[in-house]
Amino acid sequence: MRRPGHTLAVAGLALAVCAMAYGFYYAVWVEHQTLDGIGGALTGAFQDAARGDVNGSHAKFDAYARAKYVYTREVDAHSHWIGLAMILLILAAVWERLALGPTGKSLLAWALILGSVLFPAGVLSQNFLAEPHGQVLAVTGTVLLIVGFAMVAVGFLREAR
Amino acid sequence: MSEGTGPLSSERWAEGSAAAASHAFPRMGARRLLVLGGLALFLGGTIFGDVFAVFVLHPNADHIGQALVAATAAVRRHDAEAAGRSFESIGGFLENRGTKVDAHAHMIGFGYLALLIAILYPWMRVSEAAARRLAELLIAGGVLLPVGVFTIHYVGLAYSPLASIGWASIMADAAGLLVVIACGGFLAALVRGGGERAFRDPLAQQRSWSGRVLMAGGVLMILAGFLHGAWFAAMDLYTQEKLDRELLSMAADSAAMDPGPGLIPERAGTALNAYGLLQADHATKIAAHAHIIEFGLIALMAGFFQPLVHLSERWRRRWAAILLAGSVVLPLAVLCELRFGLAAEVAADVGGAMVIVALAGMMAGVLRYTGHLDGVEAAGDAA
Repeated sequence: MRRPGHTLAVAGLALAVCAMAYGFYYAVWVEHQTLDGIGGALTGAFQDAARGDVNGSHAKFDAYARAKYVYTREVDAHSHWIGLAMILLILAAVWERLALGPTGKSLLAWALILGSVLFPAGVLSQNFLAEPHGQVLAVTGTVLLIVGFAMVAVGFLREAR
Repeated sequence: MSEGTGPLSSERWAEGSAAAASHAFPRMGARRLLVLGGLALFLGGTIFGDVFAVFVLHPNADHIGQALVAATAAVRRHDAEAAGRSFESIGGFLENRGTKVDAHAHMIGFGYLALLIAILYPWMRVSEAAARRLAELLIAGGVLLPVGVFTIHYVGLAYSPLASIGWASIMADAAGLLVVIACGGFLAALVRGGGERAFRDPLAQQRSWSGRVLMAGGVLMILAGFLHGAWFAAMDLYTQEKLDRELLSMAADSAAMDPGPGLIPERAGTALNAYGLLQADHATKIAAHAHIIEFGLIALMAGFFQPLVHLSERWRRRWAAILLAGSVVLPLAVLCELRFGLAAEVAADVGGAMVIVALAGMMAGVLRYTGHLDGVEAAGDAA
């Protein structure tokens, strides 16, 4: 039977590979065009204002804000997936040292894996889902991670004693 | 896969089961390449980040502010062409800043990844030759991607066959693909390893003070970074995004319509000042959040590798304390930059320097250790 530490390691490295593959796809096919869109909208907003076209300027400011909102979440999802993957990897190596029972270790490992996938997915989904749904996913992932890390810290402190 | 022999005290490790250690960390082996390459990438990325923060970040922010004022003044003169030229300059400054931040972050990230794969190496089932090739691929990609990203600002679209992607980006993307392939290979090796047995690497069995403190400190820093990030997302992020749009719009509207003398109207000036402060507030909070989590990770990893730091326990404790202190000082000082200005900036730079010095000290210990192992092996070969 696979140990929870090994499961954490496989999940962590798989998450890192998926996040990097997403980063590669994003850098090649999306990022340059998105940055051009943000810059173009902001430039257009000021140029329309200079021409006295207030409505056109406001529409371009709205487009700028929307493009920047989307870009922030796309980049945040990539960086948080990678960051969380690396935390899973380092925890995998010292998982056996946690002063918790086997069931507790296993449940905690799965909670951290789920939180690590869910939180950035929730952030990214805010670009596609209606207002509260993406936030709910992200908050659920965050709660799993914060409670999980607190339990890991307790497990290490008990081990240290 | 290696088999351990139970918990090791740091003294027992220092006395050295050289054969077991050589097996865990062989000369010219994939694992040693990953550790040394990972540490070098981390150090390179951190030093680059410190140089960037001191010499580029602040002057660049001033240039962006000046160009934004020039764009607003152009709106006031109803000169759309001049506004466009100002935003071209802003685009250049933002690209300069963004590529350097990305080069810094990716170099450090690949350093972490190499170190983590080295840590988990005993769980992998892969031939030494294949692992070494994968490690070389990972390190090569880890160096080439940041170099490619760094040169994007200088190479631009010169001689590029594509409309919006230059040769430097193409090189960076190809290097990223190398890293993905290398990590995919290590993932396959990890899955093949099975994981039926416990992680018995001798490195994981040590119980030195410096190792324990670094690991506990690392987890607490990660937790603190998460709590800060959650607070920032709940209290600040959406407000800041809304304000970003409103302040820029207010500056443009005011410049276009408000009467009165001066280069730009007072209301536009107030909006631009508030926008500058908003950007600074956003940047410092994000930087504090990212750095405390990253330093937590490096503390965890440094704790794991303490048995390989071939220094006296007193010096290992010293480097561990300096690493943890610098890891806390930098994010706290960054958070205080808006309130305390230059004093906080200096404190942040000192914190970054403490982390670099501590890691350089630990790396020197690892190099001494590998030299010691090689000496033992060479003596064995000669005998």
